[in-house]
Amino acid sequence: MLRIMNYASPESLDEAYALLTKNKKNMILGGMIWLKMEDIQIPTAIDLSKLGLDQIEEDDAEFKIGAMVTLRQLETHQAFNEATCYVFRDAVKDIVGVQLRNLATVGGSIYSRFSFSDVICSLLCLECDVQTHKHGRISLEEFVSLPYEKDIVEYIYVKKTNLLSAFVSVRRSATDLSVLNASCTKYADHYRFCFGARPAIAKVYNCDLDHIDLDVYCADNMRGSKEYRKKLVEGLTQKLLRKVESYVG
Amino acid sequence: MLVKIKVNGKLIQDDVQPQTLLLDWLRDRGCYSVKRGCDTANCGLCTVLRDGTPILSCSTLTVRCDGREITTLEGLQKEAGEFGMFMAKQGAEQCGFCSPGFIMNVLAMEKELVNPSDDEIRAYLAGNLCRCSGYMSQMRAIKAYLSRGENHE
Repeated sequence: MLRIMNYASPESLDEAYALLTKNKKNMILGGMIWLKMEDIQIPTAIDLSKLGLDQIEEDDAEFKIGAMVTLRQLETHQAFNEATCYVFRDAVKDIVGVQLRNLATVGGSIYSRFSFSDVICSLLCLECDVQTHKHGRISLEEFVSLPYEKDIVEYIYVKKTNLLSAFVSVRRSATDLSVLNASCTKYADHYRFCFGARPAIAKVYNCDLDHIDLDVYCADNMRGSKEYRKKLVEGLTQKLLRKVESYVG
Repeated sequence: MLVKIKVNGKLIQDDVQPQTLLLDWLRDRGCYSVKRGCDTANCGLCTVLRDGTPILSCSTLTVRCDGREITTLEGLQKEAGEFGMFMAKQGAEQCGFCSPGFIMNVLAMEKELVNPSDDEIRAYLAGNLCRCSGYMSQMRAIKAYLSRGENHE
C-alpha cells in the first residue's frame, strides 16, 4: 500500500530538488501509474504540476517538451509528430488506453528507465536530449546509461532533423508490454537502430547503409525467450527498413 | 490537505490524506459508478473526466484534483441514458460491470474525435476491457450512436 506522509507542490525546480535530496525516500510524482501499486512509504511526495512543465514549445531547431507533458499530449501534437515521422505516436498508441496516457508523463517515463519502455525506444532513435537538474542538458543515450540517482528530469529536447524514422514493436496481446520494441533513423551514411525490451533497456546500434550487421543482446523473460527475441530482431529490422525506405508521410 | 473539487457540478471542500486515490474519495462521496476493476491501471472501469479529459481515478491522487472539475457517470445521466439505449438495442451489455468506465470513455471520445474510423474507435477504447462481449456488439452500438443524427436528414 502506498503511504504519503507529506505532499509538496514546490514553486521552483530548486525548491523541488532541495526537497528531493532532503530525505533519501522522498520522491518526485510522475503519472503515478506504477507508483500507486507499490508498497512504500514516502516521507514527502513532490508534485511538479505548478512549475509549468506541461508545455510543448517549438522553435526553428527543436521541440522543448516539459517533463510533465503527458504521453497523450505528445502523441496528439501534430507539429511534433509530423517532424518526427510519427515515431512517438506509433510507440505509445498501444500503451493501455488514452485514460492512462492522459496521466503518464514523458518525464516520468524517461526518468524511470523501464527496460520495456516504448517511450525511450522511440525517442532514442531521434536526436533527443534530456535536461536534468543535476546534469544539465545531456543526450538521452547518455542519460539512460546513468545509474539511478536523486535528480529531476526537467525538459526533453528533440531536434528537427528532416531524417526518416520509424518505430515497430511486438506484443503478445494488444496493450500488453512489448516483447521487443525497435526504432530506426536513416542518416546520410548510416542507420541508427534502437532495440528495447530485450528485455534490457533500449540501446543504440549504428551500422552502415550497405552492411547491416546487428548483434543485439537479448535474454529470456516471461514474455519471450532469448532465441525468440533474436528472431524478432531480424524481422523487426526488415520492417523498420521497409518503413524508412518507403516513408511517404 | 484542504482541497476544493467540483464533482458533477457541485463544489466540495474536504480535508484529504495525501495518498487518498480519487477513486476511493469519489466512492466515499456516493459516486458508486466509479469502480476498481483491476487495480493495475489496465481495465478502464474507474474512468472519470477531469476538466473534460478521461483519466484513471485509480491512479490519481485526490490532492492533484484541487481546483479541478471531476465528472462521473452520475453527472452524465442524460448522455449515458441515450448511449445506453443504443447498447441495449445491440445486446452490448451483458454482465454490465465494465459499462460505467466504458460509457465515460465513449462520451469523451465523442467530444475528442470527429467522424472516427473503426480503427480509431478501437484505439481510443483499447483501455476499456470487457470480459463478456468480444466488443462486436459494442462497436455496432457506438457506430449507431455516433451516426444517430444522420438518420433524420
